[in-house]
Amino acid sequence: MFDKAYISCCAAVGGALEKRGPLGSLFDITAEDSYFGMDSWEQAESEMSRLSVNMLHKKASLAEKDVDVMLGGDLLNQCTATGFAANSLPVPFLGLYNACATAAEALLLGASLVSGGHAEKAVAAVSSHFCSSERQFRFPLEYGSQRPPYSQNTVTGAGAFLLEQSGAVRVTRALIGKVTEKGITDANNMGAAMAPAAAQTLISFFELTGERPTNYDAVVTGDLGREGSALLAKLLESGGIGVKGALDDCGLIVYGPECRGVNAGGSGCGCSACVLATYFWQKLCKKEIRRMLFVGTGALLSPRTVMQKQVIPCIAHLVELESI
Amino acid sequence: MASKREKTSPCLKNCLFAFLSGGAVCLLGQAMKDLFALLGAEEKTAYSLVAVTLVFAAGLCTGLGFYDKAARVCGAGLFVPITGFSNAVTSPAIEARCEGAVTGVGSEIFKIAGPVIVYGNIASVIYGVIYYIYLCFAG
Amino acid sequence: MNYLYAFLSGGAICLLAQMLVDKTKLTPAKILVLYVCTGVFLGACGVYAPFVRFAGAGATVPLTGFGYTLASGVKEAVEKQGLMGCLTGGLTASSAGISAAVIFAALWALLFKSRDKNI
Repeated sequence: MFDKAYISCCAAVGGALEKRGPLGSLFDITAEDSYFGMDSWEQAESEMSRLSVNMLHKKASLAEKDVDVMLGGDLLNQCTATGFAANSLPVPFLGLYNACATAAEALLLGASLVSGGHAEKAVAAVSSHFCSSERQFRFPLEYGSQRPPYSQNTVTGAGAFLLEQSGAVRVTRALIGKVTEKGITDANNMGAAMAPAAAQTLISFFELTGERPTNYDAVVTGDLGREGSALLAKLLESGGIGVKGALDDCGLIVYGPECRGVNAGGSGCGCSACVLATYFWQKLCKKEIRRMLFVGTGALLSPRTVMQKQVIPCIAHLVELESI
Repeated sequence: MASKREKTSPCLKNCLFAFLSGGAVCLLGQAMKDLFALLGAEEKTAYSLVAVTLVFAAGLCTGLGFYDKAARVCGAGLFVPITGFSNAVTSPAIEARCEGAVTGVGSEIFKIAGPVIVYGNIASVIYGVIYYIYLCFAG
Repeated sequence: MNYLYAFLSGGAICLLAQMLVDKTKLTPAKILVLYVCTGVFLGACGVYAPFVRFAGAGATVPLTGFGYTLASGVKEAVEKQGLMGCLTGGLTASSAGISAAVIFAALWALLFKSRDKNI
């Protein structure tokens, strides 16, 4: 429960595929060049992250010195994309990692810092890049491999949010999730691996607060994709929570529900961040959505743990948002 | 529950494409072999030349960005022939150039194709030892 | 006729690999290792040589053919050099393909840059 935490502004940067998607026109910046003018994919992701934070500063007419803390992360080893982006912005920086749940993690930590009066202005910045993620988690881009239809496509995108003690959207409550797993070891099937974590977080939130899904205009998960979303609906229903039609998923919104050419939808921490900063931000500002639950879902795996045939531990953090 | 939901890959379509594309690569190889034989190469040399030519062409297609797109559709039809070996060597090499010639390209080049050479080699050495022992007793 | 046999044999070998991909938990990397070792084994048993005579490039171009090359190289070298041939034969016979792959890969790495495959 936060007394005073608001999202006052946000910015989103997207790649070429995201530009062609249904949200293309809502991004602040989209690039045809996936390298963002840089030499490597890792540098490209940093540049994208930096662009999103710069854009946020511009939109909120902030100077860098006004920002008390920047919280952020990405999918790369040692959080280099955000770390390098922070290097070019002289702001106090905390690096975060919760895989694709990093956006929700950054929002809830930023909100608690602001609400507690420890920071006046906090920036939450998250990014992911298809090419750098493929390099790190799968195969070289030029390698010809088939992907199963339930696999998901990492979103090239960065989202940045400004948290203050006043603003258009209030962060009212948040729930930090517990790590859980249901025995899934297939790294291509991340939606199904993460669905139990999302279900656990949602069920305990509803139990703790007495709220019901119908009290919200939208209950949105991070990046479960087609498979994971279907599984989550089943899990919630078997948990006694009717959610018919109330659930939505950023992974299905970002490329459109038919997911053409991206198998089961989008993933990556840029996915939930971008969709929140574009599609849902717009709806919240227009008051088409008054109350929503944003559940970031993350699979805490690495290529090594997958090779060691370990199960995929997953996490889901919940953030409750209200338009003012 | 989750494993039930995992939709099986569209197997029939995949198999058809794998058969046709794999067959086509081999057909191309056969045509090249006959051409090299016509130009006067010995049988064994002709097959080696076929391998080298296919490796060259597949690497070029990889560099130009066609090979992985075709392989997404054709699957095993393009990773089982020697062209797939070439793709597996070329793709990490191209990607690793940001990390430098030695630490990048040099060390990453066998990242995917390495196991094939390692286990092929081990198997052939084991066969060699068995064959040597056999020759000792038979000869 | 040669061409038909090459097409059918090569296609069948790839088809089998695709079935393994789709129907088992085996990854392509494991299937390739399996194929090379199978090639060595079949070469050692003397089955693969007649298959090459029958199917031509349909037998040599798939990765099993690489295994066969290793096996026949080792066989020849052991006959000529004895025990040392175990170590020299396989790679000597397959050196053309491997060296070509390395040289050309390095060349293409100089000439090309990795592209975004998402577009």
